Amino acid sequence: MTERTEIDHPLPYASWESRGYWEGAGRGELVLQRNRRTGAYQHKPRGVAVDTLDPDDLEYVVASGRGTVYTFTVTNQNQAPGFATACPYVMAYVDLEEGPRVLTNIVGCDPDDVSIGMAVVADFVSGTRDDGESFAVPVFRPA
Amino acid sequence: MTADLEFPRNIAIAGVYEHPSRFSPDKTEFQIMAECARGALDDAGLSRDDVDGLFGASMTMGMMGIVDLAEYLNLKPNYIDGSNIGGSSFVSHVNHAAAAINAGMCEVALILYGSTAASNSVAIGTGMGGGSKDPAASFSGPYGMTTVGSYAMYAQRHMHLYGTTSEQLAEIAVTMRRHASLNPLAKMRTPITVDDVMSSRVISSPLHLLDCCIISDGGGAIIVTSHERARDLRATPVRLLGCGEAVTHQEVGQPDLLTIAARQSGARAMGMAGVTHADLDLAMIYDSFTITVLATLENLGFCQPGEGGDFVSGGRIGLGGQLPVNPDGGGLSSNHPGMRGIFLVIEAVKQLRGECGDRQVDGAQLALAHGTGGTIGDKHSGATLVLGRD
Repeated sequence: MTERTEIDHPLPYASWESRGYWEGAGRGELVLQRNRRTGAYQHKPRGVAVDTLDPDDLEYVVASGRGTVYTFTVTNQNQAPGFATACPYVMAYVDLEEGPRVLTNIVGCDPDDVSIGMAVVADFVSGTRDDGESFAVPVFRPA
Repeated sequence: MTADLEFPRNIAIAGVYEHPSRFSPDKTEFQIMAECARGALDDAGLSRDDVDGLFGASMTMGMMGIVDLAEYLNLKPNYIDGSNIGGSSFVSHVNHAAAAINAGMCEVALILYGSTAASNSVAIGTGMGGGSKDPAASFSGPYGMTTVGSYAMYAQRHMHLYGTTSEQLAEIAVTMRRHASLNPLAKMRTPITVDDVMSSRVISSPLHLLDCCIISDGGGAIIVTSHERARDLRATPVRLLGCGEAVTHQEVGQPDLLTIAARQSGARAMGMAGVTHADLDLAMIYDSFTITVLATLENLGFCQPGEGGDFVSGGRIGLGGQLPVNPDGGGLSSNHPGMRGIFLVIEAVKQLRGECGDRQVDGAQLALAHGTGGTIGDKHSGATLVLGRD
């Protein structure tokens, strides 16, 4: 039996549309897109404000990083690199205070202690890159 | 029935074929499709020269894939549709074929699927979540999203809100295995118990190994034509009475995981057909996982949200029950070569023609088939058909 490791998150790749999110994470900030006219948040990021289809309506907002677990699963089997030896790991949807529901991992606690409705707070995991980017991956820990 | 849902009832399924193999290391996808085409043409009493519409998708066909398939079969159809919306594609192809035939764009539509998922050892449910240079995939890949994990998150939420239990999900697996024991072609035929499911290892909580579909090779073919043409052919025509398709996704960060595409496509199909749930004699429901069946039955309106656990219990979805589901044993026990939609239609047609032997639903007149493509906890498509015995 291989010893359990931390998740080695596959490196995120950004288009210009999603660069703000991953660069923000690299600074330790959870950056969300919002429509400056309607106030509507949107996730995942995209090149237009989706309710007006207008790129000029986009603005970027630093979220509080606080949220609650909407649902989760303790994954015991995933052959993919970065996860195979990290099982069991927790994949979850977290409801952010600002509204969006984001896919993430819950770390920093026993997987069996995760529950729906649990308060969590964002943390940011960076890895070694060879492309000069300073991205990180937002994950969540118990608040 | 509202005016915008009026649907001409002049389309029929004239031939079907399910490849008998569950493991074909000596065949290619296209060979399996070709053998299925021959089987469905024989079933209908048609020849390859009659085919003027070609529909198909597979796990490996990419851009130009449908053209490669046409070349492999040496067909030169007038209408070509290689749309791929996941495992539901072939249910949706029936919708598209009906539209094309009604518009006069083709007359005999051949729908094909083939796969060697098992002999190629494709890890369909648990092999995802690796790195990808696609920026969009960077919102799931870094978090270890798997197919089974996506469905597991649906199940976890459902259990939290409604008290649904693992034992109730296990009942679905047990029922499918009982059906498979009556199907000579099914891959897994030895009966199992709720305890067997509960004691199988947890793959992604709360889903156990036996909550997951099997992986097989296989393929199938469907021939759609006008009812006028079909009634002169060899097989008893099965009428298309209603159809619908839909997508559900992340909704820019506001997904309600428990509302799936079946809600939209099912209401549309049943509205077109003018049928109620009580009218249906059986349902073919894509069963990638046990939770998929529960989620689909709720969203199709067979029961209220949250009541799915009770609905699937007590033999209600078994042969002889109120709504037999997947008499062939489904993807949980008969076959699941990566994309299962085509078998939903094939089994519905065979049931309505009364050809299913020990697993026949007595007097089946009306059937619903619903395919799910993709993953219900992330993004997916749904396609629904209502089919009727002539």
